[in-house]
Amino acid sequence: MDTPRNLKYTNSHEWVRVEGKQVVVGITDFAQDQLSDLTYVELPTVGDSFSGQEEVAVVESVKAASDVYAPISGTITAVNNGLLDRPELINTDPYGEGWLFKMLPDDATELESLMDADQYDQSMPDEE
Amino acid sequence: MKTPLYDVHVGLGARMAPFGGWDMPIQYEGILAEHQHTRTVCGLFDICHMGEFELSGPTAEADLERLLTQSVKSIAIGQCKYGFLLNDKGGVIDDLTCYRLAADQFMLVVNAGTRAGDAEWIANRLSPGTRFQDISAWTGKLDIQGPQSRARLEEALGTPLPELKYFHFTRMTLFGQNCLLSRTGYTGEWGYELYMPIESTRMFWDKCLAAGRMKPVGLGARDTLRLEVGYPLYGHELNERQSPVSAFGKNFIETGKDFIGRSGVMIDLDKGTPRVLVGLTLGSKRAARAEDAIVVGGKTVGVVTSGSLAPSLGVAVAMAYLDRAHAQPGSVVEVEVKGTRLPATVTALPFYKDGTARKKAD
Repeated sequence: MDTPRNLKYTNSHEWVRVEGKQVVVGITDFAQDQLSDLTYVELPTVGDSFSGQEEVAVVESVKAASDVYAPISGTITAVNNGLLDRPELINTDPYGEGWLFKMLPDDATELESLMDADQYDQSMPDEE
Repeated sequence: MKTPLYDVHVGLGARMAPFGGWDMPIQYEGILAEHQHTRTVCGLFDICHMGEFELSGPTAEADLERLLTQSVKSIAIGQCKYGFLLNDKGGVIDDLTCYRLAADQFMLVVNAGTRAGDAEWIANRLSPGTRFQDISAWTGKLDIQGPQSRARLEEALGTPLPELKYFHFTRMTLFGQNCLLSRTGYTGEWGYELYMPIESTRMFWDKCLAAGRMKPVGLGARDTLRLEVGYPLYGHELNERQSPVSAFGKNFIETGKDFIGRSGVMIDLDKGTPRVLVGLTLGSKRAARAEDAIVVGGKTVGVVTSGSLAPSLGVAVAMAYLDRAHAQPGSVVEVEVKGTRLPATVTALPFYKDGTARKKAD
């Protein structure tokens, strides 16, 4: 599985990229692989506020729907509307075109509690 | 339990999961691609988990007539019929297909999860002159399904296949193995269910894939394929708590004969069941799932039994039991999906109407 070094991770398989004052959030390569063919995405509304670990979005595959959680507390500043027609972008490019939403953190120091790539890889269930 | 193809599936990178007591492949390259390949070309399914029983003897027909809802006497040699095994109250113990192999010899094909219970139920209700054998352990089964099934299977076997009408079968010797080839399936497409000695399953699987253009398909796509054509899945649309009447009316039931569970069935047919099985088309690709409640004006009027995106239709569909008052096609309801209410419209089954299962020979 691909785990870019420059991102932060949650144990619920979201990734976080810091972009200036904002963060970009998506689901990891591991998560998209586990879900397989994504068929539907429900995104939050720009301006909505969420606490850390609160349900923000839904990603759905043929077999199941899964919640996506806010990695930190903050306000939604943008959503990736391109996913509404092409949810498969999450499968093909989870760290790029498959991003889900951007947030303005309430408290940027919350980012320090997230995992780095090594910690995320180690948190993974042993597979293969 | 593992089918003889377990290692093959793992080698192909399949995602494995438990189903009916078996560790089965859910998907290989992906449910959407496997679904599409089956609708347009041909899919190969490992169905060794399903159960097969053989019943024979001079009293076998009469015993089956009493055990099953379908008319057994009207099944010709070389023909099979779908129906139900009911409990005393008319609840569905299983849905199954009955094959007449010879005048006094039959094969029943049953679900994996219900096999042991079915065997016990049946064996305890037979005349002394009827011989019963659970042949599941030495019977392999591969399904070959899709509009190109005939050509693709002929290519794989290197031999022309006989003309078979829908729900008819023939016994064939293939590569020295005694096989049974049945023109039946669970996808809504033209196709076959091929039964073989269990030790030859791997050889037939390999020959099918080696011919190219047939792709392995897992239980994930098997489920979306059957849902699109409105076929029931035991444990979802059918169960022991209710008769098959709320799902299928008097279809697959010969009411003119006596059979176990008949009184419950007749009451349901006479009075009408409060809820009936319907198709629902949702407003987007967001799917309803089994157990989701159906509401109208704040009142619960039904429950979803199966739901998913219908890959061939590009919209989510579901099967559901719905109060009769709301069950006519075109009726609009809401499905409660994880706290959100999604609009849905009652739709006549099948959802997918272009299936090739009943197509005349090319």
